[in-house]
Amino acid sequence: MSLILFLINWLATAGYYALLAIGFSLLFGVARMANFAHTSLYMLTGFLVYTFSLILGYGLILSSVLAICSVVIVAIGFYVMVLNRVKEQPLAVMMVTFALALLIQETLLTFFQASLRGMEPFFDGYFEIFGVRVSFQHVFTIFASAAVIIGLILLLSKTKLGKAIRAVSQDAEMANVMGVNVGRILLITTGISAALAGIAAIVILPLFSIEPYMWLTPLTVIIAAVVLGGLGSIKGSIFGALILSFAEVLVITFIPQGGFLRGVASMLALVAVLIFRPEGLFGITFEEERI
Amino acid sequence: MKKFLLNNYYFFKLNILEIPWRMIIFTGIIFLAFIPLFIDDYIIRILTFACLFAIFAASWDILGGFMGQLNMGHAAFFGVAAYASAICNVNLGLPPYITIFIGALCSVVTGLIVCLPALRLRGFYLALVTLAFPVVLNGLIMLFPNITGGEMGISGLVKLLPTAIGNYYLVFIIMLISVFVMWKFTDTQSRFIRAGVIMRAIREDEIAARTSGINSTQYKVFAFAMSAFFAGLSGAIYAHLIRVAGPSTLTLTLSFNPILWSIFGGISTIYGPVIGVFILHPLVELLRLNVIGEEIRVIVQALVLILVLLFMPMGLTTWIRDHIEVICLRCKAINIFTRMKCRICGANLHLEKSQKKHYRFSNKSGIEHHNNKEIVV
Repeated sequence: MSLILFLINWLATAGYYALLAIGFSLLFGVARMANFAHTSLYMLTGFLVYTFSLILGYGLILSSVLAICSVVIVAIGFYVMVLNRVKEQPLAVMMVTFALALLIQETLLTFFQASLRGMEPFFDGYFEIFGVRVSFQHVFTIFASAAVIIGLILLLSKTKLGKAIRAVSQDAEMANVMGVNVGRILLITTGISAALAGIAAIVILPLFSIEPYMWLTPLTVIIAAVVLGGLGSIKGSIFGALILSFAEVLVITFIPQGGFLRGVASMLALVAVLIFRPEGLFGITFEEERI
Repeated sequence: MKKFLLNNYYFFKLNILEIPWRMIIFTGIIFLAFIPLFIDDYIIRILTFACLFAIFAASWDILGGFMGQLNMGHAAFFGVAAYASAICNVNLGLPPYITIFIGALCSVVTGLIVCLPALRLRGFYLALVTLAFPVVLNGLIMLFPNITGGEMGISGLVKLLPTAIGNYYLVFIIMLISVFVMWKFTDTQSRFIRAGVIMRAIREDEIAARTSGINSTQYKVFAFAMSAFFAGLSGAIYAHLIRVAGPSTLTLTLSFNPILWSIFGGISTIYGPVIGVFILHPLVELLRLNVIGEEIRVIVQALVLILVLLFMPMGLTTWIRDHIEVICLRCKAINIFTRMKCRICGANLHLEKSQKKHYRFSNKSGIEHHNNKEIVV
């Protein structure tokens, strides 16, 4: 009985981390940019959906589409105006995206204050398996995140665009020589990554409540998941998300006062893996670049 | 006596007065030493915290700037020292000047523990793993509320000194000494301490440095310990200044602030982060003083950071230094940009103004940006 609950919780949490982690990992793998604003784009989508659906009164699906579009526009605009000029310096990229995250947080604070708000769920109600109540929203979260991940993998492996993205992620200069428009691919990847953050928000946020500081907690966890799986590897980030969410849900379910330990559990899992495999589970060790 | 004074004067003139950048820093120190006599207590408190964070930011610069070990969890050192000194002070009743050192030493131990994974990782992996340490510590603090006070933290620490001005001068002097020590240890032109050059060599190319017989592990451990010591020093003093050690000393924002200040001021120059703190911290705190609102200050900080990175990618101080200093081509002495001739050897500084000839720059060193570039000499 508690096993089923554990399983459902684990899969829902894993879907949540995996959706966010592959967006981060995609942008890092292709453009070598660590985007610290990734989870704040996710938070921004949540607030936009909240505004469109509950304040302006549009339908839920229409407001979701509008929110994803506006988040993609924000990300691409920021990429063109700022990131594009500093993308050669990794530290500058981290700090600029962190500044964007702070900007989004403070803007949301001015409009919404630091209070908890709930989002409207797509599906109401629950069903019972072996006496355990499972809400439809949890099941929807699990299946939707699996569908999005499979869609992304198909996009990357089957289409021409996906081939170009993989080429740029392996060797940008050579891809450029072969006729791939690297600048445009980076722009499209930024857009896809932002859209993934948006979809994650729409799929997951009805399970939680939204508030302007909520981007910090998932940020460290998804970074841990990405590092655990190996930087830039989509498969790795999915496995990283599965492992970390397993550790977290295990600690929360079976240890009293485990809620405080959820960060500790995932971080210890991360450090333990990295001590034995410094490049992550599925990471590729690049030949060290010499100048 | 007269000769001694003259010698000192010449030393001062050659090493400080004639070098514009050092002259600016000297003026700044004089300004900071006398300003608290004319302003009220609130602003003195802001400046005290600026001095404190200057140590913190400079200690990040040793690791991140000179050593190239991007530490994104610098707040771990700060928080450990704050909690250690608070526990020693409140529970054991030790006086502040002992607890501060105990805090700094605890922080060094933390630094050595962080070293264990850090020595195996590099680049992004290191940056993202160090991000984890404050999170782990935060969880541990929440888990043992009877020792650490949980959410509320440990309060009731002993004051350093009774007055605000006294605190300011104490922290200011500690700041001057520790920043000087850090600068001396990382100075690449020092004749006695080779650590600066070696750390830079390891950052630029670790394999080449190891091939030249440098024990890079030893220097990494040394850099971690030194950085952790000074970060811990600032953390312990911070706990005594606000008289509370709480979970706010382990936040992500506190980890990112030293990076932000360092990038703003100019990375891998110890004085850059210090100047960054003295510009950004009072600016942000004075914005809080006005009625504009809490949120505006973070927005201003973020916008200033983005603008500085866009227009001065190497940081404010490096940008200014490049514009006001000219290095003599013949004897490598530093001159102010208004001089026409070098102050040491008398060579022309602004060659393009005096002789207009075209030379083709032959690229022997193999540096790619000068490749076949025609320059006017």
